[in-house]
Amino acid sequence: MKKYIIKRLLIFIPVLFMISIGAFLIVNLAPGNPVDMYVSPDMTVEQIEATKEALGLNDPLIVQYAKWVTNIMRGNLGFSFSSRIPVSTILSQRVGPTLLLMSISLVVAYALAIPLGILSAKKQNSIVDYIVTGLSFTGISLPSFFLGLGLIYVFAVQLKCLPTGGTKLLGVDGGFSDQLRHLILPVIVLASQFAANMIRYARSSMIEVYNENYIRTATAKGLKPMQILKNHGVRNALIPIITVIGADIPKIVGGAIVTEQIFQWPGIGSLMVSSINSRDYPVLMAITMISAVAVLIANILVDIMYAVVDPRIKFS
Amino acid sequence: MEISSKLKFANPANNHGYEVVESINANKEGSYFKTIARRFAKNKVAMISLVLFIFLILAAVLAPVISPYPPNKTVGNFEAAPDSEFHLGTDEIGRDVLSRLIYGARVSLIVSMGSVAIYVIIGTTLGLISGYFGGITDATIMRITEVFMSYPYFMVILVLVSLIGPSIWTVTFVLGFLGWPPLCRLIRGQVLYIKTIDFISAAKATGYSTSSILFKQILPNVLSIILVNATFGIANAILTEASLSFLGMGVRPPAASWGNMLSNAQSLTVLSMQPWRWVPAGIIILVAVLVVNFIGDGLRDAVEGETK
Repeated sequence: MKKYIIKRLLIFIPVLFMISIGAFLIVNLAPGNPVDMYVSPDMTVEQIEATKEALGLNDPLIVQYAKWVTNIMRGNLGFSFSSRIPVSTILSQRVGPTLLLMSISLVVAYALAIPLGILSAKKQNSIVDYIVTGLSFTGISLPSFFLGLGLIYVFAVQLKCLPTGGTKLLGVDGGFSDQLRHLILPVIVLASQFAANMIRYARSSMIEVYNENYIRTATAKGLKPMQILKNHGVRNALIPIITVIGADIPKIVGGAIVTEQIFQWPGIGSLMVSSINSRDYPVLMAITMISAVAVLIANILVDIMYAVVDPRIKFS
Repeated sequence: MEISSKLKFANPANNHGYEVVESINANKEGSYFKTIARRFAKNKVAMISLVLFIFLILAAVLAPVISPYPPNKTVGNFEAAPDSEFHLGTDEIGRDVLSRLIYGARVSLIVSMGSVAIYVIIGTTLGLISGYFGGITDATIMRITEVFMSYPYFMVILVLVSLIGPSIWTVTFVLGFLGWPPLCRLIRGQVLYIKTIDFISAAKATGYSTSSILFKQILPNVLSIILVNATFGIANAILTEASLSFLGMGVRPPAASWGNMLSNAQSLTVLSMQPWRWVPAGIIILVAVLVVNFIGDGLRDAVEGETK
């Protein structure tokens, strides 16, 4: 086990290196120069050149990359082009709201989806199953912006009982209940998507488990359904569920671009949109890089969890 | 990664332990696909979805014939509510919303089918090569897919499309070039299994060329996997294009896309006072994605031989 983790971490290094090259190229190879965004039409050619020089955009790509990577390894993410504030400062302001929104959404989603998926599998081809499956299909097919706008229309515009966006009321201190009210709509949007996806996996893996012989044996020898589920079923159904969680977790860091945009949530997702609009390369590269690292770490954790849950999985 | 690919039920959307054995005989290929079609036809939800999807394709193809007005011309009053003349009202510069919706179907279908065609070609080819040759080729391709799959999908698409310059073609190509790794891994896994079956060594022994083994012997056996994956891929691509266009970073006005028609609803006036400008577009995205997902689900059940 220890050996396996060390091996995974060793593979991690070259992949991380390739990811950093990718993140750099994605942002830098695209046509359009960030300087165009920061020069006024009355600047002379010399002034434009000076700006480029100051931002380090005149260096050959490989030099720019080397500078960027060595700085990252020292923990320095550089300075934002548009605000000249250190990228790490900007990120630290934005990461809090995103963490809050995403983690609440995930918890709500799983708390609903896993029991529903199990229920749906247990009552396969019943009315309950059709409703749950239908809801989950609708959930994965519904564009988040349409759901978000619809919720704003119903609850903020028509019923006037919830705010349209932001994290809290401006000017007044509404306290905890005010923050909670601002969370409700974005959490519904995000949780419904996470849940819709999770239901499908939970259902199909539980159906597979229910068809296994040892479950039939357990039923035949008269164990109660809950006992069967607890002692025999859940462990085996966990593998696909862990896979889904592993794919969802990195999103806690990266945020939800569309949902944050609709609800003016000041998180990483909306920072992404504004950085794209201002071609703020250092911020874009930092977010891409951090999100990719989060995915890599989640992958390793998922592989380790597989082994914890199912000892039959042997690492080689 | 190695471990997750060994778990056949790691992903119900596209990897459910397809039974290769029943499809393994290349001569029976025709009857195999007939069996799938027969099973699919028994699935009512999937069949209704298929009919609706065909209507959508027809609407897109026949857009110039069936649209009441040209999509990009001012034909009525600004922001007029639906009436007998403009069934879904008009937008901020007096264009007919219904006609724009019909033309939007073209954008959705071009982007989704185009990008899926691109990633199916890349993913299938690399997956076949990776699984068949093994060794360093395989390791290299697998590391590349790992790198690709580490980036947050929507984020990278957003950055690439907006920096290259948003247009229907940029969206199509970016989605196509980024979408192949999951399919590639799926096909590789299947090829690893097929390779162990006798008819491949028989083909080798009788002196078939490598490309003929890859594309004439192995490919037919992974076609059903490709079909299911591509169907779900189309649903995802419709959603992704709509989201990008909604953010103003996909298909841009004056071209009509379902996503960019909803952009205006970010203004509170449009959202609260002019529902005809965003509700129909939202519903049609939902319906289009839903029917494609149902078709995909029906296909998967048919391929797996589940009888419902």
